[in-house]
Amino acid sequence: MKACLMLRRLCAFALIWQLILSPVMAQDESDTPLQDVLQTVQSEVANPSRGTVPAVLQALMAADAPGTVDFLRTWSDREVYERPADGLFFYATAEGSSLTLIDIDTGAEVATVTSRDVSQIRPNAGVRREIGASLVAFELTHPDADRRMAALASAARSPDPDQLPAIRAARAEEEDSAIAARMDRLIALLVARYDQDSTTRVEAIGALRGDVSTPARSVLNQLLATRADFAETLPEDVNIARIKTPGEDISLSAAYAVLVGADLAPAAPGRNAIRDALRANVVDGQVGGVPVHQLDNDADRIAAYQALEDAGIVPPLVTEADVADAVSQYVFFDAYLEPDAAVTTAAEAARSSTSLRVSGYQFLSLSLDALSLASIFFLAAIGLAITFGVMRVINMAHGEFIMMGAYTGYVVQTIIPNYTASLAVALPLAFAVTFLAGVVMERLVIRHLYTRPLETLLATFGISIALQQLAKNIFGTQARPVTAPDWLAGAIQINDLVSVAAVRVGIFVMAALFLLLLLYILNRTRLGLEVRAVTQNPGMAASMGINPDRINMLTFGLGSGIAGVAGVAIGLVAQVTSEMGANYIVQSFMTVVVGGVGSVFGTLAGAALIGSLQKGIEWFNPANTLAAQTFMVLFIILFIQFRPKGIVALKGRAAGD
Amino acid sequence: MTIMTSPETITPRRSFLRDNPSVLWFMGLLGLFTLIVTLLSEGMGMGVISTNLVKILGMTLCLCLIAIAMDVVWGYCGILSLGHFAFFGLGGYAIGMWLMYARTEIVIRDSLGRGAIPPTEREVSEGVASQIFGVVGSSELPLIWSFAGSLPAQLALVVLVPGVLALVFGWLAFRSRVTGVYLSILTQAMTLALSLYLFQNDTGLRGNNGLSGLQNIPGALEVPQAVISVWFFWASALALGLGYLLFAWVVSGKFGSVIRAIRDNEARVRFLGYNVEGYKLFVFTLTAVVAGIAGALYYPQAGIINPAEIAPIASIYLAVWVAIGGRGRLYGAVIGAAFVSLLSSWLTGGGAPNVDLGLFRIVWTDWWLVLLGLGFVAVTLFFPKGIGGLFDYLVRKQP
Amino acid sequence: MTTLLEVSGVSVTFDGFRAINNLSIAIGEPELRAVIGPNGAGKTTFMDIVTGKTRPDEGKVLWGEKSIDLVRMSESQIAKAGIGRKFQKPTVFEDQSVRANLSMALKNKRGPFSVLAWKATEADNARIVALADEVGLTERLEHRAGDLSHGQKQWLEIGMLLAQDPRLLLVDEPAAGMTPAEREHTTDLLKRAAKTRAVVVIEHDMEFIRRLDCRVTVLHEGSVLAEGSLNHVTKNQQVIDVYLGR
Repeated sequence: MKACLMLRRLCAFALIWQLILSPVMAQDESDTPLQDVLQTVQSEVANPSRGTVPAVLQALMAADAPGTVDFLRTWSDREVYERPADGLFFYATAEGSSLTLIDIDTGAEVATVTSRDVSQIRPNAGVRREIGASLVAFELTHPDADRRMAALASAARSPDPDQLPAIRAARAEEEDSAIAARMDRLIALLVARYDQDSTTRVEAIGALRGDVSTPARSVLNQLLATRADFAETLPEDVNIARIKTPGEDISLSAAYAVLVGADLAPAAPGRNAIRDALRANVVDGQVGGVPVHQLDNDADRIAAYQALEDAGIVPPLVTEADVADAVSQYVFFDAYLEPDAAVTTAAEAARSSTSLRVSGYQFLSLSLDALSLASIFFLAAIGLAITFGVMRVINMAHGEFIMMGAYTGYVVQTIIPNYTASLAVALPLAFAVTFLAGVVMERLVIRHLYTRPLETLLATFGISIALQQLAKNIFGTQARPVTAPDWLAGAIQINDLVSVAAVRVGIFVMAALFLLLLLYILNRTRLGLEVRAVTQNPGMAASMGINPDRINMLTFGLGSGIAGVAGVAIGLVAQVTSEMGANYIVQSFMTVVVGGVGSVFGTLAGAALIGSLQKGIEWFNPANTLAAQTFMVLFIILFIQFRPKGIVALKGRAAGD
Repeated sequence: MTIMTSPETITPRRSFLRDNPSVLWFMGLLGLFTLIVTLLSEGMGMGVISTNLVKILGMTLCLCLIAIAMDVVWGYCGILSLGHFAFFGLGGYAIGMWLMYARTEIVIRDSLGRGAIPPTEREVSEGVASQIFGVVGSSELPLIWSFAGSLPAQLALVVLVPGVLALVFGWLAFRSRVTGVYLSILTQAMTLALSLYLFQNDTGLRGNNGLSGLQNIPGALEVPQAVISVWFFWASALALGLGYLLFAWVVSGKFGSVIRAIRDNEARVRFLGYNVEGYKLFVFTLTAVVAGIAGALYYPQAGIINPAEIAPIASIYLAVWVAIGGRGRLYGAVIGAAFVSLLSSWLTGGGAPNVDLGLFRIVWTDWWLVLLGLGFVAVTLFFPKGIGGLFDYLVRKQP
Repeated sequence: MTTLLEVSGVSVTFDGFRAINNLSIAIGEPELRAVIGPNGAGKTTFMDIVTGKTRPDEGKVLWGEKSIDLVRMSESQIAKAGIGRKFQKPTVFEDQSVRANLSMALKNKRGPFSVLAWKATEADNARIVALADEVGLTERLEHRAGDLSHGQKQWLEIGMLLAQDPRLLLVDEPAAGMTPAEREHTTDLLKRAAKTRAVVVIEHDMEFIRRLDCRVTVLHEGSVLAEGSLNHVTKNQQVIDVYLGR
């Protein structure tokens, strides 16, 4: 709520500023630069012809107002409207018969009119080609390298043979090697797709080998597009992709259905058609001599139907033999739309060599996903691993500590509107809040139950129920967001196949930092030494002057605090609800148990295993994440059969219960 | 080594009921309760107790049955299973499949029978399938519904599905000597896997829609719910009585001694020559089967079953009931289950008046779970023997 | 006297620490044997290996006339084969009566179904009473085992061991926490038991060992240092070195 208010105030402030400044600025810059330029060539834009277009383009490009390129493309696509009343130009979105006019410069909705109030500008094909070519030429030779890059990308998205001369011309003058390489690729794409000469095309296709970018792959796919067809004998003049043997590559019934569709065979009456025919022909309680009450099975129904068929009342049955016979008279095949066999052969070769790289990149992408999931699991589980490993205490409320951290992140964001600042405040605050909660819980409940581990499980579960409901009472059931700051909002794009959300990279970095921090605390500090001593032999540790009470309290606080920080991180990628803790608790336990209790590296290994496993299973069955989770849990149950102590098992007497 | 036999000191053989007076008490009270509910019910008596309340009471008896099963596996044998409610749900699903199939079949036969020619078996089963599975966008009867048309087969599955699952899972878990909290987590994982599996639309049990309309009993569609509710109440009371008797017999005597010994020190029991894993497996499976039966009686009264019922949280609540009632005594489990579940449905059902404290209004639907959670912590900390512990106190007072 | 238990070439390593190092011991039937040695010599680990609690890395533990290898058997199978063990710390089932404790230990069928159907016969009851008599707990048969004194728990555990009627008794520090009179009783009991079966006693108390008057095996760093009568081993220079420290 507060954030909203703040934002509104800021907007109002900005608006006033603008009002004050605008008269001054108007001298240099108009609010509608593009419209102004267009008005200087109003009639040529409204009624374009091949002769006038170059002048318009000249004028527009000389002015180079923002949005020029978009305007030209829209103009060429016949989506620019002129309002005869004042001669202004607009974009529009149509809804039924009414049009909503959109200002060319600002993108704001101006008015809603009917199609009679404005006239659509319809440049003819010649004009459009002219626009397209000069557009590309203009942009591709623009002094700004970013503009050239953007123009290339847009040309690659909607490849058009007419662009070829312009790109070739631009390539000749290009000095930036990266852009030149991309131009070469685009030229290869266009040549492969549209050139007339077979050899040139095959050569160009060869250059696309191993190119995993979306345009390159889509060109190959377009070249290799097929249509299903059939004929009595295999035609000579068609570029055959493959011949389909009925019964193997295509089912008999599907092949027959094709023939029926082409009116080359009679339709086979199905069970429903037979039933309907029988129903329609009941005479005196009988159908074709079979009493109605006997017609409760397929055999008698077919007998009755055949009787009707013999009487010529119904179309004949089609037997399996009929189907096989009809199908055997034809050849079924897939043919390439591209007639040139040399081109398709080259394209097939290029595609198969690309697909290997594509799988490689997909694997990379999957691995990155798995890594990101593993870091979330690690963050969620490491706090638990500490409390469980050191104190043998199962904290069922761990998930609720994660939730508490996430809600802390949300509350801080409502107070501090700057997302970066709020994140910087929320992380330590979440740690402090949950650290405190953990210490309170340890003091009040857990330390009375050290000798009864199963009951700790129950008591902490009671706390978890209470905390969950409390959160529901305070924040409601609606999901709350923790928004990532802008610098974490985007994605890091490696190529068209591999990209990682920046926030996930952030979480990975955070998990890595926590790993290092924990290793430092456990191995290099006095606290860590004492914690390890208590883990290995509490009695001995106590007799050496270590206060196990204090260690337990601090350990529990540390574990809980990390859960809070994990909560903020998880809130960035998932919705914050009162039930979110429950979603992570079982997985966290799995991570700890699979990894091996009492070891930071064990938890790391467990998180890595479970994360990659889940992504791996999802990859086999992407539509069904539930199934992936089911299989994963089953795998874990089996895993524990074979390594009951986890991946990183403590050995020897210390491991004894 | 010589062993002196002195006949005077041999204690006489003792009878089961004399050793377990609580069984007689329990049977008497259960019979009395059944009689009272029947006499006051809408369907068969004075109509003081609404049909809905009869159903709630009947369902509570089923919950008491699974609670004593839980008590045996946890309170006596020391296995904190977080999976028994899953077995309960599986029993419910097994009987629910028959209830739903048979009732739909009646409807489909009726509507197809109105046509000019009688339907084929295939048309009937296709009609039933598209009626039941239309909601998840399928019209084929999954393989696991092969026996759904047969009541004896599904009744067998009520026992077999939980039993076999418990047997396989228990064998795997106990064989690798997973104990204590590990075992609890593992059973919870099993429950989670099962509920995730059931949540999927394509696993043949209608995904999160679950099975519904289970209160309509095929073959008794004409009988009013008021009467059916009393029938089920009787069946639940009978099952609870028999279950109580069975478990009381199991936990008394030497078998009870052995499983309590396993709870307290399983390594020592091994050195006495007992195959601890076998005992655990026996108890785990037996209680799973009883849980399945309890579920099969519960869900026809509830009318609907869906995967949310099986979620891990339900099994934890079960442990909560038993702990509040008092572990290691069968009547404790009954008290806990009845007390907490009835209190919970009274408070969350809006039956309880909200408390106005001036500044703050306690809305029970919002605060009941907070109260339950904290109350549970308090019980664990201060009254490990639960409500049942009070009886010890009373009994000890009497000479 | 025939060989009942033969431990040969057994080694166990915990995290690089060799607890048992190529240990070989043979126990006859009937025989009374005392095993002594300084702390960490591997006495308890030796019992752990024989009873199946710890699996050796190498070596064999052969049992009985048929020379069955115990290494591959589970604890309960080994116990059923006839090896009984008394732990250093008395472990009885405190929540249950003395009678229930003894009754569980009685030599009856151990399967869940037979136990479920089990009813105490006259003979069983007589045996329980006789055992209770033997260990001096007749008066306390119906009491909770948890209410017994430390010494009484030791006795109960010995009673349970006798109830199992094992061929081999492994007794870990039976005299700890006992009064001199009780110790005497214990020695008598063990000596009597050893007339018909094999008994192995681990003990620190030299006086107790002396009273047992039996063959002694000295363990050191996981293997046998010396074996023979108490007088013989106490004269052994190596043994003296180990006990007094070099």
